[in-house]
Amino acid sequence: MKYAYYPGCSLRGTGRAYEESLLAVLRILEVEVEEIDDWNCCGATTYLSVDELTSYALAARNLALASRQSGEIIAPCAACYLVLNKTQHYIREYPTIKLVVTRALDSIGLAYQDDIRVRHPLDVLLNDVGLEKIAKKVKVPLKGLKVAPYYGCQIVRPYSTFDDQRNPTSMDRLLEACGAKVVHYPLKTRCCGGSQKGTLPEVGLDLIHYLLSGAVANGAEVIATACPLCQFNLDSFQDESGDRHHPIHIPVVYFTQLLALALGAPAGSFGLHRCLVPIEPVLSEKEIAYA
Amino acid sequence: MDLKRTVKFEADRDPQFAHWVSHTVGGERIRHCLQCGLCSGKCPLSLYMDYTPRRLMHLSREGFKEEVLGSTSIWLCTACYACMVECPKQINVTHLLYALKQRAIEEGRYPRRFAIPVMSRLFARMVHGAGRITESRLVVQILVRTAIWRLLGMSKLGMALLRKGRLPMSSEHIQRRKEVATLLDSVAATRKELAI
Repeated sequence: MKYAYYPGCSLRGTGRAYEESLLAVLRILEVEVEEIDDWNCCGATTYLSVDELTSYALAARNLALASRQSGEIIAPCAACYLVLNKTQHYIREYPTIKLVVTRALDSIGLAYQDDIRVRHPLDVLLNDVGLEKIAKKVKVPLKGLKVAPYYGCQIVRPYSTFDDQRNPTSMDRLLEACGAKVVHYPLKTRCCGGSQKGTLPEVGLDLIHYLLSGAVANGAEVIATACPLCQFNLDSFQDESGDRHHPIHIPVVYFTQLLALALGAPAGSFGLHRCLVPIEPVLSEKEIAYA
Repeated sequence: MDLKRTVKFEADRDPQFAHWVSHTVGGERIRHCLQCGLCSGKCPLSLYMDYTPRRLMHLSREGFKEEVLGSTSIWLCTACYACMVECPKQINVTHLLYALKQRAIEEGRYPRRFAIPVMSRLFARMVHGAGRITESRLVVQILVRTAIWRLLGMSKLGMALLRKGRLPMSSEHIQRRKEVATLLDSVAATRKELAI
């Protein structure tokens, strides 16, 4: 089966490494994907506060386009994953929203299909590919690299059915299958502040600092994320949040980058060099070959 | 001495606002609220809010429109959904906060040059025009309109991201841009027809 792939805007910008590493992992694990033809922005949380009805119509265009290609969508970005799921829920729950969306799609020659499934890579890798297959394909074991698994908010809340909403473990298990040591990280689903760093900087920097210091306090050598905004916030503002609190430097990567590394993807193909806080020193200390 | 009444009177209520709250998307179950406070306890932003989510739930269902739409809480919410997951009465707290934010923007209730409504509007405009968001352009547009001096402070980060290939200069857009316009027109037409 081929999945319809919905990258979303961030994976074409600041989150490029997420796309590069995800596609590298899927290639190695023989998961076929095809990008949704002419996909548009999901609207994220930002559009919803301008005009909710229109945002559902915009998100539904992606669902309708995808359903022409596959019965399942892979949406790696947390915001895209949430918005597509939320749109499906709302179309089911509110007849008025369904009417508005159906008519809007009809005006551009598309039809809404209710049965398409929106899935996160964590779900696909764990439940469709499976830990056994992944563990077998590991070429570069992560040798007990201490990782704080950071899920953020919108993957597991409020609609996810593939993992626990309070204490998710899918990423923990995937990383362990690659030989990493997952540290206790109770902040794993606490919010990074999203776009607050841009709009209310003091608040955003505080939230970022709590997450960074929590990871370091529990012995993490690297933080793994599953959302482009989380990665951006935690990676880019360590100096600024350090100025407000105390300095912390810890590499922040996508979980797919650690998977790609372990699965032996060619160096340079999964964007490790794109992180602002370099991970190379930690890898060489652990003698994990990265070349 | 600046004296301020600290107790709210029945007469301060706006029953129409209370009615709107319990009939808007997300607000349907608000009358079931027990005032247990799990939403406030779980909220990572509640320590910065003037009215915590629990208080906001009560104020909005009783119709204290001024307090609700004037509160900082609706702008602080990042939509992390922690409150919704915990609510023992399955109230869609996050969705209601969206509705309140949207209402505050419609009524123009926010400080001048406040970045959040500016960001929402510019974001929508970019989606309408290109169908996709080019992050770098969006950030520059927001800062130009709200805090242009911060653009200078961002230049170091900007350069670092550029070097790492994370700030593509080309702008992202979809092929069939007309479809977005047609889609928006259709939503507007249906909305008018149904008066929603």
